[in-house]
Amino acid sequence: MGKYILRRLLIALPSLLGISLILFVLLALAPGDPFGELATNSNIPPEVRAALRVKFGIDDPILIRYLRWLAAMLQGDWGFSFASRIDVDKLILQRVPTTLFVVGSSQLLALVVALPVGVYAAMRPYSIFDQIANTFAFIGFSLPTFFTGLLLILIFSINLGWLPFVYRADIAATGWQWAFEYFKQAIMPITVLGLFQAASYTRYVRSAVLDVIRLDYVTTARSKGLDESKVVIKHVVRNALIPVVTLVALQMPAVFGGAIITEQIFRIPGIGSLLIAAILANDTPVIMAVTFVFACLVVIFNLLADIIYGWLDPRISYR
Amino acid sequence: MAVASVAILALLTAAVLFGPLAWRMPINEIDFTARLSSPSWEHPFGTDDLGQDLLARMLYGGRISLAVGFAAMAVAIIVGTLIGAISGISRGSVDAVLMWITDLFLALPQLPLLLLVIYLFRDFLKNLVGAEGGVFILIVLVIGAFRWMPVARLVRAQFLSLREKEFVEAARALGATTPRLVMRHILPNSLGPVIVAGTIDVAAAIIAESTLSFLGLGFPPDIPTWGRLLFDAKDYLDIAPHWALFAGAAIFLTVLAINFIGDGLRDALDPRKVM
Repeated sequence: MGKYILRRLLIALPSLLGISLILFVLLALAPGDPFGELATNSNIPPEVRAALRVKFGIDDPILIRYLRWLAAMLQGDWGFSFASRIDVDKLILQRVPTTLFVVGSSQLLALVVALPVGVYAAMRPYSIFDQIANTFAFIGFSLPTFFTGLLLILIFSINLGWLPFVYRADIAATGWQWAFEYFKQAIMPITVLGLFQAASYTRYVRSAVLDVIRLDYVTTARSKGLDESKVVIKHVVRNALIPVVTLVALQMPAVFGGAIITEQIFRIPGIGSLLIAAILANDTPVIMAVTFVFACLVVIFNLLADIIYGWLDPRISYR
Repeated sequence: MAVASVAILALLTAAVLFGPLAWRMPINEIDFTARLSSPSWEHPFGTDDLGQDLLARMLYGGRISLAVGFAAMAVAIIVGTLIGAISGISRGSVDAVLMWITDLFLALPQLPLLLLVIYLFRDFLKNLVGAEGGVFILIVLVIGAFRWMPVARLVRAQFLSLREKEFVEAARALGATTPRLVMRHILPNSLGPVIVAGTIDVAAAIIAESTLSFLGLGFPPDIPTWGRLLFDAKDYLDIAPHWALFAGAAIFLTVLAINFIGDGLRDALDPRKVM
């Protein structure tokens, strides 16, 4: 198992490098010169401008500039935010836990909803329950998160007045009061994101369970006289989860995309809303760093999925 | 379900195509006496904060939302089919490199990158072809560029199995060149799943465009796409909920109809049914 994890890590590294290369090439190809402002400023003599260009290596070949940028990123020198007047790595570290909390709990919610519904629907295919679940799944992933977010705000915050619609990082209360307030403000974003994911996961789980439930080994398990619940949980679901894990991992980019939208709607102080704010403020170092952090998160979650995969199906890790 | 969805989608398309001919209210006529008014006979969908008629704006915006959806789908399918076909017909290193790139793109965080690209290139294209056209081209290309991977994988898988089939073998034995084999024999037979994937891509592209507009980074404010309408409406949720509801419902209906059509097509093309 240890060897397997190490091998997956070694495979993940090139994709991180590839992503960083794409990011850097995009930035390098983009029109606009970081020294454009200096060029129009007549107070700066051309010699000084040329010396500055040499100092920052603007005219070096792109590969050298990429390597220099990569080295700086690896040493934790992520630049300085123009808008917030603070180091980019500090800014991002402040924001990442909130995003991970919202994304993590919404994924939990999605799985808690999708697993039982999907399994139950697959055990009785084309029954009324299956058809209702299927219809709801379709509605669920056709409703864009920005619309459901607004709908929930309209119903629960404006019409009923039960839940706050602005996420606050500084809640005045302490202890249980604090936890309760925090829970109350997190309900809507987590529901929006969680149910959206649950809709597609339900369909994955259903079709994966349908694929294994007619196999001979399940019949064998039943004919041994095992409980139906044991057959389903130990024999069917464990094997059905293998393709589901892959599909969930493929969904990770979409999940973080959804997180950006929900953070923007509910004003959650996570890295998603930081990205939007940075784009609106033309804060390039922050934009680059946040995009890179998102890429890293996606790669990390894919790695996690690979490890779960190896645990679910030991044949894979022995290969 | 799929048939009903085709009807709904056709109705929506017809409405945005010919609606502006029938409903002649201008999209940008400002009328402060009627601002934020609820639906009435004069304004069937109500008005926004400047008193502009929402039905006219929805019809106009729907044209752009649907056009972006279909154009981005076309880009995704063309790129995907090309890459999938090249990697499916050539063995060895070309295939490996192309598939590595495909996997890399699948692992990219799409929305952040979409935002980044639009942030970096928006002004450049705006100067080149004008505000409206520039943003349109950019959004279509970028959404297409992030949606081709599933198509490429599907086409490659089809190619891998088809190129070993007897009819391809027969054509090769008759002396057909590789381009002819691909164009006449393999490609037409591998398009079934591509059509399904393409249908779903339209829905994804419409959502992507609305998302960008909703974040305020898509089309400029004077072009009321459905996402842009939602973005403008979200600050008036308490006093004018109809504004957000109509735009959101339009996106939802379109996407739902397209998803049902995709599902129906899949069932029609894949007769396997688990009983």
